[in-house]
Amino acid sequence: MQPFVRETGVVAPLDRVNVDTDQIIPKQFLKRIERTGFGPFLFFDWRYLSDGQTPDPNFELNAPEYRGATILVTGRNFGCGSSREHAPWALMDYGFRVIIAPSFADIFYNNCFKNGLLPVVLPEDTVRALIEKARAQPGYRLTVDLEAQTVCDGEAVQISFEIDPFRKHCLLHGLDDIGLTLQQEADIAAYEARRPPWKRGVMQNVP
Amino acid sequence: MPKTMLEKIWDAHVVRSEPGRPDLLYIDLHLIHEVTSPQAFDGLRLSGRRVRRPDLTVATMDHNVPTTDRSLPVADPISKRQMEALERNCAEFGITLFHLRDPRQGIVHVIGPELGLTQPGMTIVCGDSHTSTHGAFGALAFGIGTSEVEHVLATQCLWQSRPKTMEIRVDGTLGYGVTAKDVILAIIGRIGTDGATGYVIEYTGEVIRALSMEGRMTVCNMSIEAGARAGLIAPDEKTFAYVKGRPYAPQGADWEAALAEWRTLSTDPGARFDAQVTLDGSEIAPHVTWGTSPGMVVPITGCVPSPEEFTSEADRRAAERALEYMGLMPHTPMQSIKLDRVFIGSCTNGRIEDLRAAAEVARGRKVHPDVHAIVVPGSTQVRRQAEQEGLDRIFKEAGFEWREAGCSMCLGMNPDILRPGERCASTSNRNFEGRQGRGGRTHLVSPPMAAAAAIAGHLVDVRDWK
Ligand code: SF4
Repeated sequence: MQPFVRETGVVAPLDRVNVDTDQIIPKQFLKRIERTGFGPFLFFDWRYLSDGQTPDPNFELNAPEYRGATILVTGRNFGCGSSREHAPWALMDYGFRVIIAPSFADIFYNNCFKNGLLPVVLPEDTVRALIEKARAQPGYRLTVDLEAQTVCDGEAVQISFEIDPFRKHCLLHGLDDIGLTLQQEADIAAYEARRPPWKRGVMQNVP
Repeated sequence: MPKTMLEKIWDAHVVRSEPGRPDLLYIDLHLIHEVTSPQAFDGLRLSGRRVRRPDLTVATMDHNVPTTDRSLPVADPISKRQMEALERNCAEFGITLFHLRDPRQGIVHVIGPELGLTQPGMTIVCGDSHTSTHGAFGALAFGIGTSEVEHVLATQCLWQSRPKTMEIRVDGTLGYGVTAKDVILAIIGRIGTDGATGYVIEYTGEVIRALSMEGRMTVCNMSIEAGARAGLIAPDEKTFAYVKGRPYAPQGADWEAALAEWRTLSTDPGARFDAQVTLDGSEIAPHVTWGTSPGMVVPITGCVPSPEEFTSEADRRAAERALEYMGLMPHTPMQSIKLDRVFIGSCTNGRIEDLRAAAEVARGRKVHPDVHAIVVPGSTQVRRQAEQEGLDRIFKEAGFEWREAGCSMCLGMNPDILRPGERCASTSNRNFEGRQGRGGRTHLVSPPMAAAAAIAGHLVDVRDWK
């Protein structure tokens, strides 16, 4: 996995609550069997008019000043709905490395960490202030430092955020947690030996 | 120390625990389907890993399968490619697959319980957020992303932090025409779509105890729509009777041993929950959503709200957006909303009892000429049983289309989608923008409410049809 240490970049505001994974990446694009190439379809139904080609001028992220943004600031409960990991894949593929919101849906939050995308939880008012700034000053940039757990704009803004230490550790080092788990082989095998015999799998008990 | 059911199941599955780290949990059953698994298998191949426990892994095809004639080849080449990928992956890694034409095929959350794969006390995961459904059996079941699918395939374990617990107690009894769907919609309306984020919900109370297993599955299914990764209901005699004798259920001496353990799972008296919510079941009316999030819901007797009724600025704006998308004006009585389509099915409401309840309403009546209504059973077995009971005839005579099993219009990955601007009463679980097709407008309802709406041509209070 791609490690995440620090990111400095343009901030794009998406001032909506409950942005669900169906919006982030609509289902017609879930049929790809690769992990890459989802960026062009990010927020597809919002981004393009009904012809599916013409960018919708009213959609925030289509404004030229947010092109190349790497930090998305948005409303609460971001990533709710489906468990599709295509959502973080699409956000990453589009160029985002950080999502800042007052809260995230659990599965989405989890999926971010598996892909080197950093979700940052900040209080509602703080997020609101950042959204306003990004709107008022196009090209507004932030630096998000995972090591220091801070979000700064080099001027007035200097905010700390909380993050689970284990997740932080894995993200900083880009650790492959399958590799990590496989090192626990002795424990897993011991657990398997303790499982009750009636918990058979499907093969021993095919009808 | 008295323990909650969640704590008991959790503690029984900890492979390794260290301070400052999530626990390593063992997974008893891993369900997979065609959409969220191909990249996981690729990951395994790339790193030369194998599937640790193919015997604890079961696959089916559901999300983008056609629900029309199965003897024809799958028309959509990309869907076909995904289904073929699953077939190849299952063959290569030795995983049991219920193929499109297998009589056991169906929506993953319908077939797990139906085949007796889902059992009390288990940990169950699937690359699908509605895995919470299986919690109806007292199993800790939750959705995971594709990276975690790969992780479970390779290790049969997952690193998880212990969630908080929330008890949602529904007292009293439900009135005529009020179903499990209305209970869960009322709960989401009360606590909001992020009300249970970070929690596992345990549903308790008289109303929950009185629900059938199908009804309990409907409630647990939509836990995710309240933000909870999992919902739980304590197993009881109803649960055991449902599981007993199913193809993959323990048998003979195994059954007795399993039963003895399952009887110890319920939350101990005096155990503490981190949060508690109580509802009075007798006050719950049939519910229907008006907006683009399951929390935007009102009783059928109500009206479309006005954005001013919301206290926060963000919610006001969300309501405005939703009204615009849904093409609705504030204060419109819900029952005056006209429909173009009706969908009965999905992992929320595609089980035999749901079809029975809908057929009961449809019997001897006719679908409104302006409405196109389809019934999509949750599994091939449900379809077969419904046909044995003659439900298909009732639906067909009333003018509903009777389809093959799959997810269908719940997410419209197959050809069953809404056209822009079309309005649909749907028994599924998500009314997100574009969920059933770009520009499509979804109103979530129960199966009897959907059937009644199909006949009336507009949303209607099924209680008036008693
Ligand atoms: S029926 Fe709908 S919600 Fe259920 S698994 Fe299928 S797509 Fe997901």
